[in-house]
Amino acid sequence: MKSFQSCLRWLLSAVLFLCVSPVWAEDSQSTADHSKFEQLQEEFETGPEVTKACLSCHTEAAKQLHKTTHWTWAFENQLTGQTLGKKNVLNNFCVATATNWPRCTSCHIGYGWKDDSFDLSSEQNVDCLVCHDTTGTYKKFPTGAGHPNYEPKKWPPKKGKLRQPPDLQMIAQKVGKPGRDNCGACHFYGGGGDGVKHGHLDSSMHKPNRATDVHMDSEGLNFSCQTCHTTGGHEIAGSRYAPKPSDERGVVIPGQPDQNRATCESCHGSEAHGEEANPKLNSHTDKVACVTCHVPEFARGGRKTKMWWDWSTAGRKDANGKPLVKKEDGYAVYHFKKGDFTWEENVVPEYFWFDGDVRYTLFGEQVDDSGVVPINRIQGSYEDPDSRIWPFKVMRGKQPYDSKNKILAVPHLFGKDPDAFWKSFDWGRALKAGLMARGKEFSGEYGFVETEYYWPITHMVAPKENALGCVDCHDRNGRLAGVGGFYMPGRDRNETLDLIGWLMVLGTFGGVTVHGLGRMVSKKGRSS
Amino acid sequence: MAMVKLYAGFERFWHWSQAALVILMLITGFEIHGTFTLLGWEQAAEIHRFAAWTLIGLWAFAWFWHLTTGEWKQYIPSPMERILAMVKYYAFEIFQGKGHPFHKDRSHKHNPLQRSAYLGLHLFIGPAIWISGLLYLFYGDLGGIGLEWLPLGAIALIHTGAAFLMLTFLVAHLYLAITMSDPPGADVKAMITGYEEVED
Ligand code: HEM
Repeated sequence: MKSFQSCLRWLLSAVLFLCVSPVWAEDSQSTADHSKFEQLQEEFETGPEVTKACLSCHTEAAKQLHKTTHWTWAFENQLTGQTLGKKNVLNNFCVATATNWPRCTSCHIGYGWKDDSFDLSSEQNVDCLVCHDTTGTYKKFPTGAGHPNYEPKKWPPKKGKLRQPPDLQMIAQKVGKPGRDNCGACHFYGGGGDGVKHGHLDSSMHKPNRATDVHMDSEGLNFSCQTCHTTGGHEIAGSRYAPKPSDERGVVIPGQPDQNRATCESCHGSEAHGEEANPKLNSHTDKVACVTCHVPEFARGGRKTKMWWDWSTAGRKDANGKPLVKKEDGYAVYHFKKGDFTWEENVVPEYFWFDGDVRYTLFGEQVDDSGVVPINRIQGSYEDPDSRIWPFKVMRGKQPYDSKNKILAVPHLFGKDPDAFWKSFDWGRALKAGLMARGKEFSGEYGFVETEYYWPITHMVAPKENALGCVDCHDRNGRLAGVGGFYMPGRDRNETLDLIGWLMVLGTFGGVTVHGLGRMVSKKGRSS
Repeated sequence: MAMVKLYAGFERFWHWSQAALVILMLITGFEIHGTFTLLGWEQAAEIHRFAAWTLIGLWAFAWFWHLTTGEWKQYIPSPMERILAMVKYYAFEIFQGKGHPFHKDRSHKHNPLQRSAYLGLHLFIGPAIWISGLLYLFYGDLGGIGLEWLPLGAIALIHTGAAFLMLTFLVAHLYLAITMSDPPGADVKAMITGYEEVED
């Protein structure tokens, strides 16, 4: 009897153990159990307090992070000399971080970037948990300037769900390596919502299936982000600001100085197709990027991505004088705060020659408002051996600009002050405040200019059976119909030659037909 | 009249396999060119590339055979007046029921027009196709033979141009070969059996 009871107790505790410590079980290779650390037994009130505890052992961590783009939101592009980063660039989503800090910095890896006075040298303000939480319960509050809420709070304000503050002690005791959910908490929701920005990163990537992403397939290879975005000293490989359209290093093996694996070639080599494959495939890799065929469409995980954003229509009310919101298929297609949107799913990318040179229209740069203003420009050509044909999401829309000074405007959107567009819906005030914050005088005249923004597609690699086939491009109206600079069989032809050729063939055919008929007729004439 | 063996075994094998391959190349080639969809582009390209080697191999044998047997002399152009006589025959006399100005025998298998046409086929259209075809096939490696300046568009232009000439030849050839013999079809039969009745 006694042995049965002890057996049961053993079994129960085993089950309980397995239930409550899935993380520990997964991460069992770690040599440290953070729940046993004295420093982490405290009742933490705030995030920075947790960071202080982390730094008491991980003495260099904050210094490392201070050097990363994740922290600085500034990026020096070595190739172009441009200063980029979220702090500096303008886009055609919510346009700019300036004056909107507390909303935007809910995706900063720090605490308290609520205005320009934020101290970028503060170690305690590094947020360790947003990347190292393994419980899935740590969430930065959307308007908290990077802090989670420390009191129960509703989101969206007033009518939203009540969010409980996270249990910082429990979370701190269970820290571990970042997983897809950590990166995804920001990168899947860029642009202010699920899948809005990239189109190849959205909530379906938390647990993708094979068709959505062969590498991250949660029941297959189950890669984490860092499998490719290799890390070292908190520096993470791979950058959209300075992408690498071709990688001649070959397969990266231990001992090589550069262990960056954020290219397909770094694992697969540049001639990745096996003996069984059509040999033509490998001979395409000197001109065609892997992802061109292997990411046949983006936004394939069942979530739509935003393709068009027209700010010029923002601020409308419905017939009853209430702020207007229109939804289709669960997606807002009009929102009084933001204007008109279009959303698409399973989107066929646009293709361009790409050499990795991306140049932004920087803040304050004069724009030509007679046409579409590029937020960024990409380059590349057939002649250049480093260029590849690459797939892009091209985000298009209309956004405010100073129509006299001809510069893209910085709208002050978020805030409790009356200048904020989302308070008073007065573009004049919002643009003046926004431009001023970035050190520019507003002329007082504004308009809306059409812009486009090129986003290289890299994620959502499809299983090989779903990759593109020859005829997707080798066709008069194939996917590469607009990509110039070279002759492509099936797409191109010399029309004059075709005309002469067919005239010659049909002429001969007609000639012999007439000749034959003539012979028959004349023979009949003679025999009768 | 006498039954004469006009076409050797190799010659007949060569003729018919060449015919089949050329037709296959025309079908797959013009599908690659985007003229129609039949087998699917990938399939067409793969067959075209595979059959190209067969055709080149066959042509190599044919050249060897012609040179070693002396049969190449069958393609030495006839004097101009004899060619013109053929033209005149096809253009006018045939409708008047006049007799053929040319008579086949073992050492003159082809009439003066045929001699020139086949010479053009073997010396011009064939090589234009296989040389441009090989350049097309190895386009990615042309740097290795100092031809990196040669654009694919130019190679394709020559290849497609030669393909049009080949198709034109085929149309005319089919008409003449099938209908010009007496009775119609006798020449085709000869190319199968090797024997044809020849006036002696
Ligand atoms: C009777 C013989 C042949 C005909 C009628 C023919 C016809 C054609 C045509 C019309 C095209 C499309 C060209 C374009 O649109 O750019 C083509 C493509 C091509 N041909 Fe030929 N061809 C013949 C023989 C050959 C040979 C002997 C070779 C190789 C030595 C060859 C190699 C190619 C290649 C490589 C292509 C490009 C498509 C691909 O990469 O598969 N062809 N051919």
